[in-house]
Amino acid sequence: MPKLTIDGREVEVAAGTTILQAADYLGIEIPRFCYHERLAIAGNCRMCLVDVEKSPKPVASCAMPVAEGMVVHTDTPQIKKARGGVLEFLLINHPLDCPICDQGGECDLQDEVMAYGFDRGRYHENKRAVKDKDFGPLVKTTMTRCIHCTRCVRFITEVAGVPELGATGRGENLEIGTYVEKALSSELSGNIVDLCPVGALTSKPYAFMARPWELKKTESIDVFDALGANIRVDTRGNAVMRVLPRLNDDVNEEWLGDKSRFAVDGLLRQRLDRPYLRKDGKLQPISWSEALAAIAAKVKGLGGAKLAAIAGDMADCEAMTALKDLFGKLDSPNLDCRQDGAKLGGSPRASYLFNSTVAGIEDADVLLLIGTNPRVEAPVLNARIRKRYLKGGFSVAAVGPKANLTYKHEYLGDQTAILSAIADGSHPFAAVLKAAKKPMLILGQGALARVDGDILLGLARKIAETTGMVADGWNGFNVLHLAAARVGGLDLGFLPGAGGRDVEGILAGAEKGEISVVYLLGADEIDMSRLGKAFVIYQGHHGDAGAHRADVVLPGAAYTEKDATYVNTEGRVQRTNLAVFPPGEAKEDWKILRALSEAMNKVLPYDTLGKLRARMAEVNPLFAGINAIAPASWGSFGADGVPAADPLASPVDNYYMTDPISRASRTMAECTARFVGCAHKRTGTNG
Amino acid sequence: MSGSASDNTVQPASFAFTAENLAKAKAAIAKYPPGRQRSAVMPILDIAQRQEGWLPLAAMNAVAEMLDLAPIRVYEVATFYTMFQLKPVGKVHMQVCTNLPCMLRGSDEIVETCKRELGVGLGETTADGKFTLSEVECLGACVNAPVIWIGDDYYEDLDADSTRKIIAQLKAGEMPNAGSQTGRKGAAPIGGPTTLKTIAGGEA
Repeated sequence: MPKLTIDGREVEVAAGTTILQAADYLGIEIPRFCYHERLAIAGNCRMCLVDVEKSPKPVASCAMPVAEGMVVHTDTPQIKKARGGVLEFLLINHPLDCPICDQGGECDLQDEVMAYGFDRGRYHENKRAVKDKDFGPLVKTTMTRCIHCTRCVRFITEVAGVPELGATGRGENLEIGTYVEKALSSELSGNIVDLCPVGALTSKPYAFMARPWELKKTESIDVFDALGANIRVDTRGNAVMRVLPRLNDDVNEEWLGDKSRFAVDGLLRQRLDRPYLRKDGKLQPISWSEALAAIAAKVKGLGGAKLAAIAGDMADCEAMTALKDLFGKLDSPNLDCRQDGAKLGGSPRASYLFNSTVAGIEDADVLLLIGTNPRVEAPVLNARIRKRYLKGGFSVAAVGPKANLTYKHEYLGDQTAILSAIADGSHPFAAVLKAAKKPMLILGQGALARVDGDILLGLARKIAETTGMVADGWNGFNVLHLAAARVGGLDLGFLPGAGGRDVEGILAGAEKGEISVVYLLGADEIDMSRLGKAFVIYQGHHGDAGAHRADVVLPGAAYTEKDATYVNTEGRVQRTNLAVFPPGEAKEDWKILRALSEAMNKVLPYDTLGKLRARMAEVNPLFAGINAIAPASWGSFGADGVPAADPLASPVDNYYMTDPISRASRTMAECTARFVGCAHKRTGTNG
Repeated sequence: MSGSASDNTVQPASFAFTAENLAKAKAAIAKYPPGRQRSAVMPILDIAQRQEGWLPLAAMNAVAEMLDLAPIRVYEVATFYTMFQLKPVGKVHMQVCTNLPCMLRGSDEIVETCKRELGVGLGETTADGKFTLSEVECLGACVNAPVIWIGDDYYEDLDADSTRKIIAQLKAGEMPNAGSQTGRKGAAPIGGPTTLKTIAGGEA
């Protein structure tokens, strides 16, 4: 390992490290615009110049590998002058429009000008003007501000895997764009807003909304997919202004899907902000105490068998615990957290987790996708698969929907018989899996949420077992969930108890009149027309399908408005933090259930969040370990049999609208109008 | 300009190589190791341009598909090099160098002559679509300045008269003699060689 000296400090780093990386490691700051640690090195901004002894000229440190005995200076007057010169050139064509630029206050260029800028402009000629591009409803462009660092081009090409951006023309005429005008079709396009070091690419929905210094920043967890990306919620007053990704190498690195980033305008629309009770066929506003009393009166005297509860896709673990405990006190076994009827749950835990972990994808060498299109089901996870693919020596095959994934893959078909053939070894891909050192499969909800889901689950287990996916220190059996609440619900056992009904049973019972009261905890994805004459209580945050059908509406909190626990598809327990208060009279969900238990005279034994969380840890000790992953033990699960012949499909056909929040979002509606029509046409072209 | 394709150019809907050109393109790809076929992008774009006279979008897309590249990667190359014509040009594309050595040797007069003879300005095409006149940067033939580049040939040591003659010949459908218009050989001194007179080819 070469040893070098930077500013008099000796450091030993791995061969191939660049000077800039070594300096970062020492905590010595080197300014940069084009360099980004997760993108290929371009070396075109020249801002990271350093002095290397015995080198006649300053060296671009981002592109210079370290060598034994190198002596580097980063703070000589000569270097300051050189960087100042580079900056002056960058500013030749950069407009002086900081006061009307959305990047102002969080602009790399602005910051570097503070450090290296010349105190006046020496350039008297006209600045060049560049026509703005239309990148779609999410990314706003002001191309005159572009300094051609090409970070966006590299991100879209390398990480997003949708090579649509490029640098056309040359010299004075160089422009970043798509050349043939079109919107960026990536589900990760919002990340180029973060990557852009200047104000050339900014967030379109957030345009002119706030300045960074006005915002309160709260660390939280994303709930729009089951990945549980780490996010930062920026708020002003009681409004969420924007969501940005937060660094977590184990989960989302530093990327975020467009829905997670841009659907937050839905948090201000269609909100349930006070309780309602259906009187004379219409929902009428009432007070909390009346609402709770109405529910208590309705439930009183009914046996547990007549009650049922369904938890939705964004329900938090605290609320599910409280609801489960309440139903326990009411002697009702009819609980379910699987709105889509996925055949998952129970033990072993490994049967419903993404066991190899998201970061573990990078260790795998063969991947089999079953009934899933990760590009729309979890775009950031898909980017991780692409990252692995780019390293080489990785083969991917898909059984299920024909999808335009962002990596080359072998499409085996959408017939379930192919899975049987892989399981019994008669399919050629079985040999590929067997020959692999660390094979993995990803089983999507498209395979599990079907009538024969347990048979397909059993087949997937058989494939995993016969091809050596489950070994010491490696478990290649992975379930990709869609709902942020799902793994938490399964871990809490929010499932039918002994003799209890599942979602299908609850709906059938409600149709026949065997179920009289249905409690929907944010559940909107079920067929409301099947609830029959049942008395429906909807607790949630948006006026969506559930509230539309409900007899009582209890306004709850969205994920940005509560301290809540979610478990991601890997089984990682993560917590959101309250960024804003729930609107109007809405309350945190577990508190509503605690109050309801009191109105019913079935008081739940916790009245603080701490006590409730202690109860959660009692139900499942996993909830005591935050952010940690516990390897799940393997066992037998799934059913034997021959799966139905229906082709495997992905349950997500519109990435931009999958839940009450994104359906209420104007931005997501624009994206749907812009992309989804053509997305169907695109499906099937080579990725 | 080069930033986007959305100008008034009428783009043909499709493009296909002729059998002969397809063979040439395949031969160009075969020069590179397997998996490095993208290296052939410039020769193949050139073949497409020779076939069509210019490079329509459809041709760039076809080249991208042929080389398993994203179309934008081909656009990047094609817009970078001024020798790729992204708009239709006349059958005879007269490219006059106006950089410093040519200018000192009278390229302004050459440009004026061309404009007068063809009746078009720089960057314009004659009404019959036969001639396009452009201004280009240094062609690297400064020793024979001023220079016009037509097709695959340089016309050097020009003055107003010889330029007129060349244009007249081209208008008549003849092919003027390429190279120096004053009769000197290559870049030899005007008036013949002054040294190395005895070696083969030394005589002008």
